Amino acid sequence: MAQAELQSDLEVSIPSYRATGISGVLQLFNRWPIIPGTILGVLIIVAVFAPWVSPHGPYVNSLKARNTPPMWSEGGTTEYILGADVIGRDLLSRLIYGARISLMVMAIALVTGTIVGTALGLVAGYFGGLIDEVIMRLVDIFLGIPFVLMAMAVAVVMGASLTTMMVMLALLTWSGFVRNVRGEVLSLRERDYIALARIAGASLPRILMMHILPGVINTVVVIATLRSGQLILAEAFLSFIGAGIPPPTPTWGAMIADGRNYLRDAWWISFFPGLAIFFTVMALNFLGDWLRDKLDPRLRQLT
Amino acid sequence: MRAFIIRRLLTSILTLLGAALFVFSVSRILGDPRVLLLPDQAYGITQEQWDDLARQLHLDKPIPIQFGIWLGQLLRGDLGRDLADRQLIAPKIPQKVGPTLKLALSAFILSTLIGVPIGVFSAVSRGSIPDYFGRAFALFGQALPTFWVGIVGILIFAVWLGWLPSGTMGEGFSIKHYILPTLTLAWFGAAGYVRLVRSAMLEVLDSEYVKLARAKGVNSRTLIWKHAFKNAAIAPLTLSGLLLAGFITGSISVETVFAWPGLARFGIEAVWTNNFTVLAVLVLIFTGAFVLLNFLADILYAFIDPRIRYS
Repeated sequence: MAQAELQSDLEVSIPSYRATGISGVLQLFNRWPIIPGTILGVLIIVAVFAPWVSPHGPYVNSLKARNTPPMWSEGGTTEYILGADVIGRDLLSRLIYGARISLMVMAIALVTGTIVGTALGLVAGYFGGLIDEVIMRLVDIFLGIPFVLMAMAVAVVMGASLTTMMVMLALLTWSGFVRNVRGEVLSLRERDYIALARIAGASLPRILMMHILPGVINTVVVIATLRSGQLILAEAFLSFIGAGIPPPTPTWGAMIADGRNYLRDAWWISFFPGLAIFFTVMALNFLGDWLRDKLDPRLRQLT
Repeated sequence: MRAFIIRRLLTSILTLLGAALFVFSVSRILGDPRVLLLPDQAYGITQEQWDDLARQLHLDKPIPIQFGIWLGQLLRGDLGRDLADRQLIAPKIPQKVGPTLKLALSAFILSTLIGVPIGVFSAVSRGSIPDYFGRAFALFGQALPTFWVGIVGILIFAVWLGWLPSGTMGEGFSIKHYILPTLTLAWFGAAGYVRLVRSAMLEVLDSEYVKLARAKGVNSRTLIWKHAFKNAAIAPLTLSGLLLAGFITGSISVETVFAWPGLARFGIEAVWTNNFTVLAVLVLIFTGAFVLLNFLADILYAFIDPRIRYS
């Protein structure tokens, strides 16, 4: 009797919560970063295949096309979809090549900064003592100097260039990782499996790379994604004030600066690059938030 | 508490020294600092003047001594000369501090007034339409480049509608000139507040003591502001350092776009004229301001939350 009751309890099937139809689609959007992923995907594809997808070259100017408005407004043509700038260069093409520059600079600086920051965090957390103290004070100093002014001073001395920009952005990146990675390592190194690895004769690099690093990699990925948007914004601002990548290289920040004096006659020159920055940063931030909730919710107080 | 203050003070001094060392090393990256100080490859300079400059800069002494001498000059208020007009920099600073402070302060007050309530209401009404608006406000404020927001503001309100001036501080005190720059900077600041306050509030609202207070029948206004917010306000205070850093960057953008006659604008003009000495001074001033504000925030934080003093 009791047996039978138990059996029938067990047989209760768990209803499927997978919704279908419109609510199912909405659920999908809530669960996966579909929109930010699509934006970034399109951006990367467009940036990589810039020479094939852009309608004109980024430096091709035409006096006849000066200040052509976007195609949907009066006087616009389909030849210049988003219009043209003061010397008749196609805005869309320059935006596409600008994406290339922005993403490349961001990616190189991000990877360099992430590696350096993570390595320093690992070392500081694992060894402690004097090394830890030195590294952490260095981080304090770096976080204490306003980055933009620092980059402006360096740009004046070294000359604004692509290399200077990447070095400066890498310098901006690394300091953000050290504190969090160090904190994680501090708790990881006390775990039994680390002691066992040491007893088993694992070398120091092996312990750090094979046993500790995997434990902090989630934190690193989340911080890196959240940082990437800031890098795009910093690069845009420095290029905007002329301390970034020098013209005529198309960068979003410099394009906004180009159009500043022509707001009355040609608002689109400044407007569209700003939108491009906005969508990129927004997508990166959303992706970062999603990754954080997925991988490392403890980082929630990080903005 | 005293040990905590001393420790923080030492870190602040270390940061200032670090900034000074940074500026000094940047001036020596190219080897000879004279190259930086004399524009156009020192055209028209005689050998004697060149050597004379070396003596003035103490280039014949070892590098650490040079750094010491330079630091001593800074501490005595000798900030060097503006490379553009050969005038002393120090007397130029006070008149630029005023506009920057006025803008930053009004934007700071406004962003607190906007950001904190939006953050609280967003958390309280989680998942509702107002919450989505609050979050969108924060996300936009953080993802939109501040300088571009300023330009679009000028485009709409100055160029198209003609309601507001497109820049500068105007003659005397003109509130119209403040509206666009303040709002632009405040949006950026408020966005940071909303995110911080919202997540801190969500955490506190989920805690046992708030649930108990609610079960006991405490009315919701007392519950939100007296019980929950008091604790939730601690987290935003810790991160106010990060917010301030953002604020400084933001004020540089806003001063550039609106031709605001402040310190940051001074710095931008220095970039255009390759004026290294001015930028060096500005790096130090902004670092000083930043370090001071951070120090005060930390002290306040330790004062409010005793757990911090002992960690």
